[in-house]
Amino acid sequence: MAQEQKQPKKSSETEESVETAPETDVNERKEALDSDVDDILDEIDDVLETNAEDFVKSFIQKGGQ
Amino acid sequence: MSVRRVMGTEVEYGISVAGQPQANPMVASSQVVNAYASSTLKARRARWDFEEESPLRDARGFDMSRQVADPSQLTDEDLGLANVILTNGARLYVDHAHPEFSCPEVTNPLDVVRWDKAGEQVMLDASRAAARLPGNPQIHLYKNNTDNKGVSYGAHENFLMRRSTAFADIVKHLTPFFVSRQVFAGAGRVGIGQERPKHGFQISQRADFFEVEVGLETTLKRPIINTRDEPHADPEKYRRLHVILGDANLAEISTYLKVGSTSLVLAMIEDGYITRDLSVDGPVSSLRAVSHDPSLKTLITLKDGRKLTGVQLQMEYLDLAKKFVEERYGSDADYQTKDVLERWESVLDRLERDPMECAGELDWVAKYKLLLGYRDRDGLEWDDPKLHLIDLQYADIRPEKGLYHRLVRAGRIQRLMTDDLVEKAMHEPPSDTRAYFRGRCLEKYSENVAAASWDSVIFDLPGRESLQRVPTIDPLRGTKKHVGGLLDSSDTAVDLFNRLTGS
Repeated sequence: MAQEQKQPKKSSETEESVETAPETDVNERKEALDSDVDDILDEIDDVLETNAEDFVKSFIQKGGQ
Repeated sequence: MSVRRVMGTEVEYGISVAGQPQANPMVASSQVVNAYASSTLKARRARWDFEEESPLRDARGFDMSRQVADPSQLTDEDLGLANVILTNGARLYVDHAHPEFSCPEVTNPLDVVRWDKAGEQVMLDASRAAARLPGNPQIHLYKNNTDNKGVSYGAHENFLMRRSTAFADIVKHLTPFFVSRQVFAGAGRVGIGQERPKHGFQISQRADFFEVEVGLETTLKRPIINTRDEPHADPEKYRRLHVILGDANLAEISTYLKVGSTSLVLAMIEDGYITRDLSVDGPVSSLRAVSHDPSLKTLITLKDGRKLTGVQLQMEYLDLAKKFVEERYGSDADYQTKDVLERWESVLDRLERDPMECAGELDWVAKYKLLLGYRDRDGLEWDDPKLHLIDLQYADIRPEKGLYHRLVRAGRIQRLMTDDLVEKAMHEPPSDTRAYFRGRCLEKYSENVAAASWDSVIFDLPGRESLQRVPTIDPLRGTKKHVGGLLDSSDTAVDLFNRLTGS
């Protein structure tokens, strides 16, 4: 997840703020975020349609506006 | 001069019949609409009155010939497809191969959210009513815009504007705004491209389906600015801007900011306030480039040579809008205008810093965060069917299955409405537009209403051979203030009609 969020930053301002953040804070934040995300994933696992491939394949629409 | 103006949304829902991917979508859509009609209507079902429809009228000042038009553009022909006018003033019908909910005319962004959400609940009730029909068709509806197999369907917005505003000014100043508006109004999509999409995530459901800058079409060669000129109001005074570019939003704050910011930009255009040229080089390719980069860092080139991100381009409009409201109103600006400006600014600031900070407000960020969570936990690539499933199921309107609904219930997406307000809006019209008159007539005199439309209510009255048409050409007349007392005190349609016409 962290990998996806941290795209190469172009603005120098953002780079600075990333660099100055102490490593431990970042790790703590990531852990908190991970457990927070995991909770909702567990909940959503229970409601996802069972056969993802079939379901996605059979979702066929006719054109609209 | 604020976020307030006559406006509304019209949303085509994705439709699937469980276990029958080849089911005819027109039949299924009709089942949904008809099931809702039979389960709610008290008496006769009013027809749609097509008299004032002119889908081939072009805002640039000419009419397209019916012979050269694509059959899908002839929306004024009554094909006998299911159609029902609701007591809240909305229209529920089959458009092309989708059930559509056109919300009643409202006057402000919060009411757009309210009746747009009521539309979701109407669709939910309609699909449940269809499941009780003989044969129990299990029809599921999705508030999204593509099947990821080359097909897209719309979620349109309508804004009433002054006729005196030159259409060229609208095109010039609105196009850059629309190219970048998706940074907060996008609904998020797994897949890039139209048919056989490449793997990846993008901000918008619709961006890849837009091919030209300006045009009349809505079903092919889709334009960023649509020129359909069908005001449903006095054409001397008004035009209706028909916006076809947006995504169907589930997140209330996405919808609120989408129509609120657009309404403010239109106010500035009407006032000739925008003198800065923010034109973008290659709007169609820029629209896609912004959509394809969820990090929001992609730069687009303006005609003046500057390079800005989509967020920065939005900040230019925000900056103008703040000055505009300050100069025109100062501290007297109405609550929603101030609120839209504050939220718009706050969302843009956070999108610039770290888009993930908006996961509790905006559809695309909420969906992206969920997808990234799955990628991280399960090691999935963007081509994994599970990620495509999550994209689809986010838009499932059933509270037990829809992932948007699960996120709301888990307190992870904020709301602006309450269930109670939305529930009431399924049946009650807004009080401050002509939708009030239309809705109340259908609620109180349904056995005598033969037909209705945005601009009319047509009565079939005992003792009169011909139908009696009551025009409602002014969207701001027929309000509760205007006709509430009259409707309350008229026991029958005949009473009402006689008092309206002074006979």
